[in-house]
Amino acid sequence: MAGVIQGRVLVAGDVEGEVLASTEPLSFWGGYDQTSGEIIDRRHPLSGCVAAGKILALPASRGSSTTAAVLLEAVRRGTAPAAIITDGADTFLTLAAIVADEMYQRTFAVVSVDTEDFETLASAERLHVGIDGSIDVV
Amino acid sequence: MTLDLSSKDRSLLAGEHGPAGRFAMSILVRMAEAFGAERMLDISQAHIDSTVYQGEATLEFAERLADMDARVAVPSTANVSGVDADNWQEWAVPGEWAEKAYRQMQAYERMGCTPTWTCAPYQTAMRPTLGQQIAWGESNAIAFANSVIGARTERYPDMMDICAAITARVPARGLHLDDNRAGDVLLRLVDIPEALQRDDSFCAVLGYLMGKIAQERVPVIDGFTATPSEDDLKALGAGGASAGAVALFHLVGHTPEAPTLEAAFRGRDPAETHELTVRDLRRARAELTTFDGDRLDVVVLGSPHFSLEEFRRLAPLLEGQRCHPEVLFVVTTGRMMRALAEQAGLLGPLREFGVKITVDTCILTTPMLPPEIDTLMTNSAKYAYYTPGLLDADVTFGSLEDCVRSAIAGRVERDESLWQG
Repeated sequence: MAGVIQGRVLVAGDVEGEVLASTEPLSFWGGYDQTSGEIIDRRHPLSGCVAAGKILALPASRGSSTTAAVLLEAVRRGTAPAAIITDGADTFLTLAAIVADEMYQRTFAVVSVDTEDFETLASAERLHVGIDGSIDVV
Repeated sequence: MTLDLSSKDRSLLAGEHGPAGRFAMSILVRMAEAFGAERMLDISQAHIDSTVYQGEATLEFAERLADMDARVAVPSTANVSGVDADNWQEWAVPGEWAEKAYRQMQAYERMGCTPTWTCAPYQTAMRPTLGQQIAWGESNAIAFANSVIGARTERYPDMMDICAAITARVPARGLHLDDNRAGDVLLRLVDIPEALQRDDSFCAVLGYLMGKIAQERVPVIDGFTATPSEDDLKALGAGGASAGAVALFHLVGHTPEAPTLEAAFRGRDPAETHELTVRDLRRARAELTTFDGDRLDVVVLGSPHFSLEEFRRLAPLLEGQRCHPEVLFVVTTGRMMRALAEQAGLLGPLREFGVKITVDTCILTTPMLPPEIDTLMTNSAKYAYYTPGLLDADVTFGSLEDCVRSAIAGRVERDESLWQG
Protein backbone atom coordinates (compact mmCIF):
# COMPACT_ATOMS: atom_id res chain seq x y z
CA MET A 1 0.00 0.00 0.00
CA ALA A 2 1.32 3.37 -0.93
CA GLY A 3 0.72 6.65 0.86
CA VAL A 4 -1.61 7.68 3.60
CA ILE A 5 -5.35 7.07 3.64
CA GLN A 6 -7.43 9.93 4.95
CA GLY A 7 -10.31 8.70 7.11
CA ARG A 8 -13.15 10.68 8.63
CA VAL A 9 -12.69 11.21 12.37
CA LEU A 10 -15.72 10.31 14.47
CA VAL A 11 -13.78 10.12 17.73
CA ALA A 12 -10.16 11.18 17.55
CA GLY A 13 -7.17 9.22 18.83
CA ASP A 14 -3.50 8.70 18.03
CA VAL A 15 -2.79 4.98 18.12
CA GLU A 16 -0.61 2.36 16.54
CA GLY A 17 -1.27 -1.35 16.64
CA GLU A 18 -1.78 -4.74 15.13
CA VAL A 19 -4.77 -5.00 12.77
CA LEU A 20 -7.66 -7.41 13.20
CA ALA A 21 -9.96 -7.17 10.20
CA SER A 22 -13.12 -8.70 8.79
CA THR A 23 -15.64 -7.80 6.11
CA GLU A 24 -18.41 -9.14 8.39
CA PRO A 25 -20.21 -6.67 10.75
CA LEU A 26 -20.29 -7.52 14.48
CA SER A 27 -22.74 -7.11 17.36
CA PHE A 28 -20.51 -6.50 20.38
CA TRP A 29 -23.32 -7.62 22.69
CA GLY A 30 -23.26 -11.36 22.25
CA GLY A 31 -20.16 -10.98 20.11
CA TYR A 32 -17.45 -9.45 22.32
CA ASP A 33 -16.36 -10.68 25.73
CA GLN A 34 -15.85 -7.50 27.75
CA THR A 35 -13.75 -9.36 30.35
CA SER A 36 -11.12 -10.45 27.82
CA GLY A 37 -11.69 -8.65 24.51
CA GLU A 38 -12.31 -11.98 22.75
CA ILE A 39 -14.73 -12.07 19.83
CA ILE A 40 -17.33 -14.66 20.83
CA ASP A 41 -19.90 -14.51 18.01
CA ARG A 42 -19.50 -18.13 16.96
CA ARG A 43 -20.87 -17.34 13.51
CA HIS A 44 -18.29 -14.56 12.94
CA PRO A 45 -15.02 -15.13 11.02
CA LEU A 46 -13.03 -13.51 13.88
CA SER A 47 -14.56 -15.81 16.53
CA GLY A 48 -11.80 -16.64 19.05
CA CYS A 49 -9.57 -13.67 18.20
CA VAL A 50 -8.75 -11.13 20.93
CA ALA A 51 -9.23 -7.50 19.86
CA ALA A 52 -8.18 -5.78 23.11
CA GLY A 53 -5.62 -3.05 22.35
CA LYS A 54 -5.70 -3.76 18.62
CA ILE A 55 -6.96 -1.82 15.63
CA LEU A 56 -10.20 -3.51 14.72
CA ALA A 57 -11.41 -3.02 11.14
CA LEU A 58 -15.09 -3.91 10.65
CA PRO A 59 -17.58 -2.63 8.07
CA ALA A 60 -20.04 -1.70 10.86
CA SER A 61 -21.76 -2.88 14.01
CA ARG A 62 -24.96 -4.84 13.79
CA GLY A 63 -27.52 -6.30 16.16
CA SER A 64 -28.04 -5.18 19.71
CA SER A 65 -28.23 -1.60 21.03
CA THR A 66 -26.29 -2.98 24.03
CA THR A 67 -23.20 -3.06 21.81
CA ALA A 68 -22.50 0.45 23.17
CA ALA A 69 -22.73 -0.74 26.79
CA VAL A 70 -20.38 -3.67 26.15
CA LEU A 71 -17.79 -1.31 24.68
CA LEU A 72 -18.15 1.17 27.56
CA GLU A 73 -17.54 -1.64 30.05
CA ALA A 74 -14.60 -2.84 27.92
CA VAL A 75 -13.03 0.65 28.08
CA ARG A 76 -13.47 0.67 31.86
CA ARG A 77 -11.76 -2.74 32.11
CA GLY A 78 -9.05 -1.96 29.57
CA THR A 79 -10.20 -4.66 27.15
CA ALA A 80 -11.50 -2.43 24.34
CA PRO A 81 -9.79 -2.17 20.96
CA ALA A 82 -7.41 0.81 20.64
CA ALA A 83 -9.24 1.96 17.52
CA ILE A 84 -12.12 0.80 15.33
CA ILE A 85 -12.04 1.55 11.62
CA THR A 86 -15.37 1.19 9.82
CA ASP A 87 -16.58 1.30 6.24
CA GLY A 88 -18.99 4.22 6.70
CA ALA A 89 -19.91 6.02 9.95
CA ASP A 90 -21.39 3.82 12.69
CA THR A 91 -23.65 5.25 15.41
CA PHE A 92 -23.24 2.52 18.05
CA LEU A 93 -19.44 2.50 18.03
CA THR A 94 -19.15 6.29 17.94
CA LEU A 95 -21.60 6.78 20.82
CA ALA A 96 -19.74 4.22 22.95
CA ALA A 97 -16.45 6.03 22.37
CA ILE A 98 -17.97 9.43 23.18
CA VAL A 99 -19.60 8.24 26.42
CA ALA A 100 -16.37 6.48 27.49
CA ASP A 101 -14.49 9.73 26.90
CA GLU A 102 -17.05 11.73 28.91
CA MET A 103 -17.08 9.23 31.79
CA TYR A 104 -13.53 7.93 32.01
CA GLN A 105 -11.49 10.48 30.01
CA ARG A 106 -10.12 7.60 28.00
CA THR A 107 -11.57 5.91 24.94
CA PHE A 108 -10.86 4.26 21.61
CA ALA A 109 -10.56 6.05 18.28
CA VAL A 110 -13.34 5.67 15.70
CA VAL A 111 -12.51 6.48 12.09
CA SER A 112 -14.55 5.71 8.98
CA VAL A 113 -13.21 5.23 5.48
CA ASP A 114 -14.78 4.42 2.12
CA THR A 115 -15.16 0.87 0.84
CA GLU A 116 -12.09 0.84 -1.37
CA ASP A 117 -9.83 2.15 1.39
CA PHE A 118 -11.37 -0.26 3.86
CA GLU A 119 -10.30 -3.19 1.70
CA THR A 120 -6.77 -1.82 1.47
CA LEU A 121 -6.50 -1.29 5.24
CA ALA A 122 -8.00 -4.67 6.06
CA SER A 123 -5.04 -6.41 4.46
CA ALA A 124 -2.42 -4.50 6.49
CA GLU A 125 -0.68 -6.03 9.52
CA ARG A 126 0.04 -2.90 11.57
CA LEU A 127 -1.43 0.57 11.23
CA HIS A 128 -0.98 4.00 12.69
CA VAL A 129 -4.11 6.10 13.11
CA GLY A 130 -3.43 9.81 13.50
CA ILE A 131 -5.47 12.30 15.50
CA ASP A 132 -6.62 13.85 12.19
CA GLY A 133 -7.91 10.52 10.85
CA SER A 134 -4.90 9.82 8.65
CA ILE A 135 -4.09 6.13 8.49
CA ASP A 136 -0.80 4.64 7.36
CA VAL A 137 0.89 1.26 7.35
CA VAL A 138 3.66 0.96 9.89
CA MET B 1 -21.87 21.95 7.36
CA THR B 2 -22.43 23.30 10.84
CA LEU B 3 -24.87 22.32 13.51
CA ASP B 4 -27.57 24.90 14.14
CA LEU B 5 -28.67 24.62 17.79
CA SER B 6 -31.92 26.09 19.12
CA SER B 7 -31.87 28.42 22.12
CA LYS B 8 -33.20 25.55 24.29
CA ASP B 9 -30.39 23.29 23.04
CA ARG B 10 -27.84 25.98 23.91
CA SER B 11 -29.28 26.55 27.37
CA LEU B 12 -29.23 22.81 28.05
CA LEU B 13 -25.62 22.70 26.90
CA ALA B 14 -24.76 25.66 29.12
CA GLY B 15 -26.11 23.81 32.17
CA GLU B 16 -29.07 26.15 32.69
CA HIS B 17 -31.32 23.10 33.15
CA GLY B 18 -28.92 21.38 35.54
CA PRO B 19 -25.90 19.11 35.20
CA ALA B 20 -27.82 16.13 33.79
CA GLY B 21 -29.18 18.25 30.94
CA ARG B 22 -25.68 19.50 30.18
CA PHE B 23 -24.20 15.97 30.26
CA ALA B 24 -26.95 14.52 28.03
CA MET B 25 -26.91 17.45 25.59
CA SER B 26 -23.14 17.42 25.24
CA ILE B 27 -23.23 13.75 24.22
CA LEU B 28 -26.03 14.43 21.72
CA VAL B 29 -24.20 17.43 20.26
CA ARG B 30 -20.97 15.44 19.88
CA MET B 31 -22.98 12.77 18.03
CA ALA B 32 -24.72 15.36 15.85
CA GLU B 33 -21.37 16.92 14.94
CA ALA B 34 -19.68 13.58 14.26
CA PHE B 35 -22.47 12.61 11.87
CA GLY B 36 -22.86 16.00 10.23
CA ALA B 37 -26.43 16.71 11.37
CA GLU B 38 -27.51 20.28 10.63
CA ARG B 39 -30.02 20.59 13.45
CA MET B 40 -31.73 18.77 16.29
CA LEU B 41 -35.40 17.79 16.35
CA ASP B 42 -38.01 17.12 19.08
CA ILE B 43 -39.01 13.64 20.12
CA SER B 44 -42.13 12.93 22.16
CA GLN B 45 -41.45 9.40 23.45
CA ALA B 46 -38.49 7.18 24.30
CA HIS B 47 -37.67 3.53 25.00
CA ILE B 48 -34.63 3.10 27.21
CA ASP B 49 -32.37 0.14 26.45
CA SER B 50 -29.69 1.50 28.80
CA THR B 51 -31.50 -0.41 31.57
CA VAL B 52 -29.64 -3.60 30.57
CA TYR B 53 -27.01 -4.18 33.29
CA GLN B 54 -23.69 -4.89 31.64
CA GLY B 55 -21.32 -4.37 34.57
CA GLU B 56 -19.93 -1.50 36.66
CA ALA B 57 -19.87 0.95 33.74
CA THR B 58 -23.60 0.82 32.96
CA LEU B 59 -24.45 1.06 36.67
CA GLU B 60 -22.08 3.99 37.14
CA PHE B 61 -23.57 5.74 34.10
CA ALA B 62 -27.12 5.29 35.41
CA GLU B 63 -26.36 6.33 38.99
CA ARG B 64 -24.31 9.33 37.90
CA LEU B 65 -27.30 10.59 35.89
CA ALA B 66 -29.80 9.82 38.66
CA ASP B 67 -27.56 11.54 41.24
CA MET B 68 -27.51 14.62 39.00
CA ASP B 69 -31.34 14.60 39.35
CA ALA B 70 -31.84 13.65 35.71
CA ARG B 71 -35.52 13.38 34.74
CA VAL B 72 -36.95 12.14 31.48
CA ALA B 73 -38.75 14.94 29.64
CA VAL B 74 -40.96 12.61 27.57
CA PRO B 75 -42.87 9.39 28.40
CA SER B 76 -40.17 6.70 28.52
CA THR B 77 -40.59 2.94 28.74
CA ALA B 78 -37.92 0.77 30.35
CA ASN B 79 -36.36 -2.10 28.43
CA VAL B 80 -35.39 -5.37 30.11
CA SER B 81 -33.04 -5.08 33.07
CA GLY B 82 -30.38 -7.46 34.28
CA VAL B 83 -32.55 -9.29 36.78
CA ASP B 84 -36.08 -10.56 37.46
CA ALA B 85 -36.54 -8.35 40.51
CA ASP B 86 -38.93 -10.72 42.30
CA ASN B 87 -37.84 -14.21 41.31
CA TRP B 88 -34.10 -14.14 40.69
CA GLN B 89 -33.39 -16.38 43.67
CA GLU B 90 -35.09 -19.30 41.90
CA TRP B 91 -32.28 -19.21 39.38
CA ALA B 92 -28.49 -19.30 39.17
CA VAL B 93 -28.13 -15.50 39.40
CA PRO B 94 -25.26 -14.50 41.75
CA GLY B 95 -26.39 -12.24 44.60
CA GLU B 96 -23.90 -9.50 43.74
CA TRP B 97 -25.13 -9.38 40.15
CA ALA B 98 -28.76 -9.18 41.30
CA GLU B 99 -28.00 -6.39 43.75
CA LYS B 100 -26.20 -4.25 41.15
CA ALA B 101 -28.68 -4.92 38.36
CA TYR B 102 -31.46 -3.95 40.76
CA ARG B 103 -29.67 -0.71 41.68
CA GLN B 104 -29.50 0.08 37.96
CA MET B 105 -33.27 -0.48 37.66
CA GLN B 106 -33.86 1.87 40.60
CA ALA B 107 -31.69 4.55 38.99
CA TYR B 108 -33.84 4.56 35.84
CA GLU B 109 -37.02 4.60 37.93
CA ARG B 110 -35.65 7.62 39.79
CA MET B 111 -35.24 9.34 36.42
CA GLY B 112 -38.95 8.81 35.78
CA CYS B 113 -38.89 5.84 33.38
CA THR B 114 -42.08 3.78 33.43
CA PRO B 115 -41.14 0.39 34.92
CA THR B 116 -42.31 -1.70 31.97
CA TRP B 117 -39.06 -3.77 31.91
CA THR B 118 -39.77 -5.24 28.54
CA CYS B 119 -38.04 -5.51 25.17
CA ALA B 120 -41.49 -5.39 23.55
CA PRO B 121 -42.74 -1.92 24.61
CA TYR B 122 -45.03 -1.93 21.56
CA GLN B 123 -47.15 -4.49 23.47
CA THR B 124 -47.90 -1.90 26.16
CA ALA B 125 -50.34 1.00 26.26
CA MET B 126 -47.41 3.35 25.60
CA ARG B 127 -47.23 2.36 21.96
CA PRO B 128 -46.31 5.26 19.66
CA THR B 129 -48.32 6.20 16.59
CA LEU B 130 -47.76 6.52 12.84
CA GLY B 131 -45.33 9.33 12.02
CA GLN B 132 -44.48 10.11 15.68
CA GLN B 133 -40.86 11.18 16.26
CA ILE B 134 -39.44 8.95 19.01
CA ALA B 135 -36.06 7.79 20.32
CA TRP B 136 -35.97 4.05 20.89
CA GLY B 137 -33.17 1.73 21.88
CA GLU B 138 -33.40 -2.11 21.68
CA SER B 139 -32.81 -3.43 18.20
CA ASN B 140 -36.03 -5.45 17.83
CA ALA B 141 -38.15 -2.62 19.23
CA ILE B 142 -36.56 -0.11 16.85
CA ALA B 143 -37.39 -2.34 13.88
CA PHE B 144 -40.97 -2.81 15.09
CA ALA B 145 -41.58 0.89 15.81
CA ASN B 146 -40.28 2.01 12.43
CA SER B 147 -41.62 -0.80 10.28
CA VAL B 148 -44.87 -2.03 11.82
CA ILE B 149 -46.09 1.17 13.51
CA GLY B 150 -44.51 3.69 11.15
CA ALA B 151 -43.14 5.80 14.00
CA ARG B 152 -39.76 7.44 13.33
CA THR B 153 -36.65 6.50 15.23
CA GLU B 154 -33.00 6.22 14.37
CA ARG B 155 -31.24 3.02 15.47
CA TYR B 156 -30.26 4.21 18.97
CA PRO B 157 -27.60 2.59 21.11
CA ASP B 158 -27.79 2.29 24.89
CA MET B 159 -27.01 5.57 26.69
CA MET B 160 -27.99 7.74 23.74
CA ASP B 161 -31.65 6.78 24.31
CA ILE B 162 -31.66 8.20 27.86
CA CYS B 163 -29.83 11.36 26.71
CA ALA B 164 -32.62 11.86 24.17
CA ALA B 165 -35.28 11.22 26.82
CA ILE B 166 -33.75 13.77 29.23
CA THR B 167 -33.51 16.52 26.60
CA ALA B 168 -36.40 15.49 24.29
CA ARG B 169 -33.97 16.20 21.43
CA VAL B 170 -32.07 14.12 18.87
CA PRO B 171 -29.86 14.89 15.87
CA ALA B 172 -32.10 15.34 12.81
CA ARG B 173 -30.76 12.54 10.68
CA GLY B 174 -31.22 8.94 9.59
CA LEU B 175 -34.66 7.39 9.85
CA HIS B 176 -36.16 10.50 11.45
CA LEU B 177 -36.15 12.01 7.95
CA ASP B 178 -38.67 10.78 5.37
CA ASP B 179 -36.13 10.70 2.58
CA ASN B 180 -34.04 8.04 4.34
CA ARG B 181 -36.99 5.69 4.82
CA ALA B 182 -37.12 4.42 1.24
CA GLY B 183 -36.27 0.78 0.59
CA ASP B 184 -32.77 -0.11 -0.64
CA VAL B 185 -32.90 -3.84 -1.29
CA LEU B 186 -35.74 -5.91 -2.74
CA LEU B 187 -36.33 -9.42 -1.39
CA ARG B 188 -38.86 -11.23 -3.56
CA LEU B 189 -40.49 -14.38 -2.18
CA VAL B 190 -40.79 -16.92 -4.99
CA ASP B 191 -43.27 -19.80 -4.78
CA ILE B 192 -43.37 -19.96 -1.00
CA PRO B 193 -46.44 -22.04 -0.03
CA GLU B 194 -48.92 -20.16 2.16
CA ALA B 195 -48.93 -23.00 4.67
CA LEU B 196 -45.23 -22.31 5.25
CA GLN B 197 -45.78 -18.53 5.37
CA ARG B 198 -48.36 -19.09 8.11
CA ASP B 199 -46.07 -21.26 10.25
CA ASP B 200 -44.92 -19.32 13.33
CA SER B 201 -41.26 -20.10 12.61
CA PHE B 202 -41.38 -18.76 9.06
CA CYS B 203 -41.05 -15.05 9.86
CA ALA B 204 -38.21 -15.68 12.31
CA VAL B 205 -36.27 -17.48 9.57
CA LEU B 206 -37.17 -14.87 6.96
CA GLY B 207 -36.04 -12.13 9.38
CA TYR B 208 -32.70 -13.83 9.93
CA LEU B 209 -32.14 -14.10 6.17
CA MET B 210 -33.33 -10.51 5.65
CA GLY B 211 -30.77 -9.30 8.19
CA LYS B 212 -27.95 -11.27 6.59
CA ILE B 213 -28.70 -9.83 3.16
CA ALA B 214 -29.67 -6.26 4.06
CA GLN B 215 -27.24 -5.62 6.95
CA GLU B 216 -27.70 -1.87 7.66
CA ARG B 217 -29.82 -1.12 4.59
CA VAL B 218 -33.63 -0.95 4.33
CA PRO B 219 -35.07 -4.19 2.93
CA VAL B 220 -38.40 -4.48 1.15
CA ILE B 221 -40.12 -7.87 1.08
CA ASP B 222 -42.55 -8.54 -1.74
CA GLY B 223 -44.67 -11.64 -2.36
CA PHE B 224 -45.82 -12.27 1.21
CA THR B 225 -49.33 -13.48 0.42
CA ALA B 226 -50.45 -14.73 3.84
CA THR B 227 -51.60 -12.29 6.54
CA PRO B 228 -48.86 -11.90 9.14
CA SER B 229 -49.84 -11.49 12.80
CA GLU B 230 -48.17 -8.91 15.04
CA ASP B 231 -46.10 -11.70 16.54
CA ASP B 232 -44.96 -12.69 13.03
CA LEU B 233 -43.88 -9.09 12.38
CA LYS B 234 -42.16 -8.98 15.75
CA ALA B 235 -40.22 -12.15 14.85
CA LEU B 236 -39.34 -10.76 11.43
CA GLY B 237 -37.87 -7.57 12.88
CA ALA B 238 -36.04 -9.35 15.69
CA GLY B 239 -34.39 -11.75 13.24
CA GLY B 240 -33.37 -8.91 10.95
CA ALA B 241 -32.03 -6.81 13.81
CA SER B 242 -29.92 -9.72 15.12
CA ALA B 243 -28.37 -11.09 11.95
CA GLY B 244 -28.11 -7.58 10.53
CA ALA B 245 -28.64 -3.99 11.58
CA VAL B 246 -32.15 -3.70 10.16
CA ALA B 247 -33.88 -0.71 11.77
CA LEU B 248 -36.65 -0.45 9.17
CA PHE B 249 -38.15 -2.97 6.78
CA HIS B 250 -41.13 -2.75 4.49
CA LEU B 251 -43.45 -5.69 3.89
CA VAL B 252 -45.41 -4.80 0.78
CA GLY B 253 -49.14 -4.81 1.41
CA HIS B 254 -48.75 -5.23 5.17
CA THR B 255 -46.71 -2.40 6.74
CA PRO B 256 -47.88 1.23 6.78
CA GLU B 257 -45.26 2.79 4.53
CA ALA B 258 -45.51 0.03 1.93
CA PRO B 259 -49.05 -0.12 0.49
CA THR B 260 -47.34 -0.85 -2.86
CA LEU B 261 -43.88 -1.83 -4.03
CA GLU B 262 -43.40 1.61 -5.54
CA ALA B 263 -44.37 3.35 -2.30
CA ALA B 264 -41.90 1.19 -0.35
CA PHE B 265 -39.07 2.42 -2.58
CA ARG B 266 -40.50 5.97 -2.73
CA GLY B 267 -40.44 5.74 -6.50
CA ARG B 268 -36.76 4.79 -6.72
CA ASP B 269 -35.24 1.61 -8.10
CA PRO B 270 -33.94 -1.10 -5.77
CA ALA B 271 -30.14 -1.15 -5.50
CA GLU B 272 -30.31 -4.96 -5.48
CA THR B 273 -32.93 -7.65 -5.98
CA HIS B 274 -32.77 -11.08 -4.34
CA GLU B 275 -35.19 -13.89 -5.13
CA LEU B 276 -35.84 -16.10 -2.11
CA THR B 277 -37.06 -19.66 -2.56
CA VAL B 278 -38.00 -22.38 -0.07
CA ARG B 279 -34.49 -23.73 -0.57
CA ASP B 280 -32.91 -20.42 0.56
CA LEU B 281 -35.17 -20.31 3.59
CA ARG B 282 -34.48 -23.94 4.45
CA ARG B 283 -30.75 -23.17 4.40
CA ALA B 284 -31.26 -20.09 6.62
CA ARG B 285 -33.33 -22.17 9.05
CA ALA B 286 -30.51 -24.74 9.21
CA GLU B 287 -28.02 -21.98 10.11
CA LEU B 288 -30.04 -21.10 13.20
CA THR B 289 -29.35 -24.59 14.57
CA THR B 290 -25.79 -25.29 15.72
CA PHE B 291 -25.77 -29.08 16.23
CA ASP B 292 -27.09 -32.32 14.76
CA GLY B 293 -28.14 -34.33 17.82
CA ASP B 294 -31.48 -34.51 19.60
CA ARG B 295 -30.24 -33.75 23.13
CA LEU B 296 -32.36 -31.18 24.95
CA ASP B 297 -31.78 -29.41 28.28
CA VAL B 298 -33.99 -26.35 28.05
CA VAL B 299 -36.75 -24.86 25.91
CA VAL B 300 -36.93 -21.05 26.00
CA LEU B 301 -39.67 -18.94 24.40
CA GLY B 302 -40.14 -15.19 24.49
CA SER B 303 -37.51 -13.16 22.66
CA PRO B 304 -38.82 -10.59 22.07
CA HIS B 305 -41.01 -10.92 25.16
CA PHE B 306 -43.98 -13.26 24.87
CA SER B 307 -47.25 -11.51 23.99
CA LEU B 308 -50.74 -12.18 25.31
CA GLU B 309 -51.58 -13.73 21.93
CA GLU B 310 -48.61 -16.08 22.21
CA PHE B 311 -49.80 -17.19 25.68
CA ARG B 312 -53.19 -17.84 24.03
CA ARG B 313 -51.54 -20.07 21.44
CA LEU B 314 -49.26 -21.87 23.89
CA ALA B 315 -51.82 -22.73 26.60
CA PRO B 316 -53.95 -25.18 24.56
CA LEU B 317 -50.82 -26.91 23.20
CA LEU B 318 -49.77 -27.77 26.76
CA GLU B 319 -53.15 -28.59 28.27
CA GLY B 320 -53.19 -31.95 30.02
CA GLN B 321 -49.52 -32.65 29.21
CA ARG B 322 -46.32 -32.67 31.27
CA CYS B 323 -42.90 -31.39 30.46
CA HIS B 324 -40.23 -34.13 30.47
CA PRO B 325 -38.62 -34.18 33.94
CA GLU B 326 -35.14 -33.54 32.57
CA VAL B 327 -36.16 -30.57 30.43
CA LEU B 328 -36.51 -27.04 31.75
CA PHE B 329 -39.21 -24.93 30.04
CA VAL B 330 -38.91 -21.15 30.36
CA VAL B 331 -41.05 -18.32 29.00
CA THR B 332 -39.64 -14.80 29.20
CA THR B 333 -42.13 -11.94 29.19
CA GLY B 334 -42.99 -8.58 30.69
CA ARG B 335 -44.98 -8.00 33.88
CA MET B 336 -47.95 -6.56 32.00
CA MET B 337 -48.26 -9.51 29.63
CA ARG B 338 -47.92 -11.95 32.54
CA ALA B 339 -50.66 -10.13 34.44
CA LEU B 340 -52.97 -10.14 31.42
CA ALA B 341 -52.31 -13.82 30.76
CA GLU B 342 -53.06 -14.56 34.42
CA GLN B 343 -56.35 -12.65 34.25
CA ALA B 344 -57.25 -14.48 31.05
CA GLY B 345 -56.76 -17.82 32.87
CA LEU B 346 -53.93 -18.87 30.59
CA LEU B 347 -51.23 -19.50 33.17
CA GLY B 348 -52.90 -22.50 34.88
CA PRO B 349 -52.12 -24.93 32.04
CA LEU B 350 -48.59 -23.53 31.82
CA ARG B 351 -47.91 -24.13 35.52
CA GLU B 352 -49.34 -27.65 35.37
CA PHE B 353 -47.12 -28.44 32.42
CA GLY B 354 -44.08 -27.15 34.36
CA VAL B 355 -43.41 -23.85 32.59
CA LYS B 356 -41.37 -21.30 34.54
CA ILE B 357 -42.13 -17.68 33.73
CA THR B 358 -39.44 -15.02 34.07
CA VAL B 359 -40.23 -11.31 33.85
CA ASP B 360 -38.21 -8.06 33.62
CA THR B 361 -35.29 -9.72 31.83
CA CYS B 362 -34.35 -12.62 29.56
CA ILE B 363 -31.95 -15.57 29.48
CA LEU B 364 -29.34 -13.46 27.67
CA THR B 365 -29.35 -10.38 29.91
CA THR B 366 -29.23 -12.13 33.28
CA PRO B 367 -27.06 -15.16 34.19
CA MET B 368 -30.13 -17.17 35.23
CA LEU B 369 -29.72 -20.54 33.50
CA PRO B 370 -27.70 -23.19 35.32
CA PRO B 371 -24.18 -23.39 33.84
CA GLU B 372 -24.52 -27.13 33.10
CA ILE B 373 -27.03 -26.36 30.31
CA ASP B 374 -25.53 -27.43 26.98
CA THR B 375 -28.46 -27.54 24.58
CA LEU B 376 -31.29 -25.08 24.19
CA MET B 377 -34.31 -25.08 21.88
CA THR B 378 -36.31 -22.02 20.86
CA ASN B 379 -38.65 -20.59 18.24
CA SER B 380 -36.87 -17.22 18.47
CA ALA B 381 -34.28 -16.27 15.85
CA LYS B 382 -32.87 -13.77 18.34
CA TYR B 383 -32.33 -16.37 21.07
CA ALA B 384 -30.94 -18.77 18.45
CA TYR B 385 -28.59 -16.12 17.11
CA TYR B 386 -27.05 -15.00 20.42
CA THR B 387 -27.14 -18.19 22.53
CA PRO B 388 -23.89 -19.78 21.25
CA GLY B 389 -21.81 -16.68 22.08
CA LEU B 390 -23.50 -15.53 25.28
CA LEU B 391 -24.37 -18.85 26.91
CA ASP B 392 -21.73 -21.06 25.32
CA ALA B 393 -24.49 -23.56 24.52
CA ASP B 394 -25.74 -25.29 21.37
CA VAL B 395 -29.11 -24.32 20.01
CA THR B 396 -31.90 -25.91 17.96
CA PHE B 397 -34.40 -23.69 16.21
CA GLY B 398 -37.98 -24.95 15.74
CA SER B 399 -41.59 -23.83 15.65
CA LEU B 400 -43.70 -23.33 18.78
CA GLU B 401 -45.26 -26.77 18.27
CA ASP B 402 -41.82 -28.34 17.72
CA CYS B 403 -40.67 -26.81 21.01
CA VAL B 404 -43.65 -28.16 22.96
CA ARG B 405 -43.45 -31.62 21.39
CA SER B 406 -39.72 -31.79 22.13
CA ALA B 407 -40.21 -30.67 25.74
CA ILE B 408 -42.68 -33.51 26.27
CA ALA B 409 -40.48 -36.10 24.54
CA GLY B 410 -37.29 -34.97 26.29
CA ARG B 411 -35.44 -34.76 22.99
CA VAL B 412 -35.53 -32.57 19.89
CA GLU B 413 -38.37 -33.44 17.52
CA ARG B 414 -39.02 -31.18 14.54
CA ASP B 415 -41.64 -31.36 11.82
CA GLU B 416 -39.71 -30.85 8.57
CA SER B 417 -42.67 -31.34 6.22
CA LEU B 418 -43.45 -27.67 5.60
CA TRP B 419 -39.83 -26.92 4.71
CA GLN B 420 -39.40 -29.59 2.01
CA GLY B 421 -41.00 -27.52 -0.79
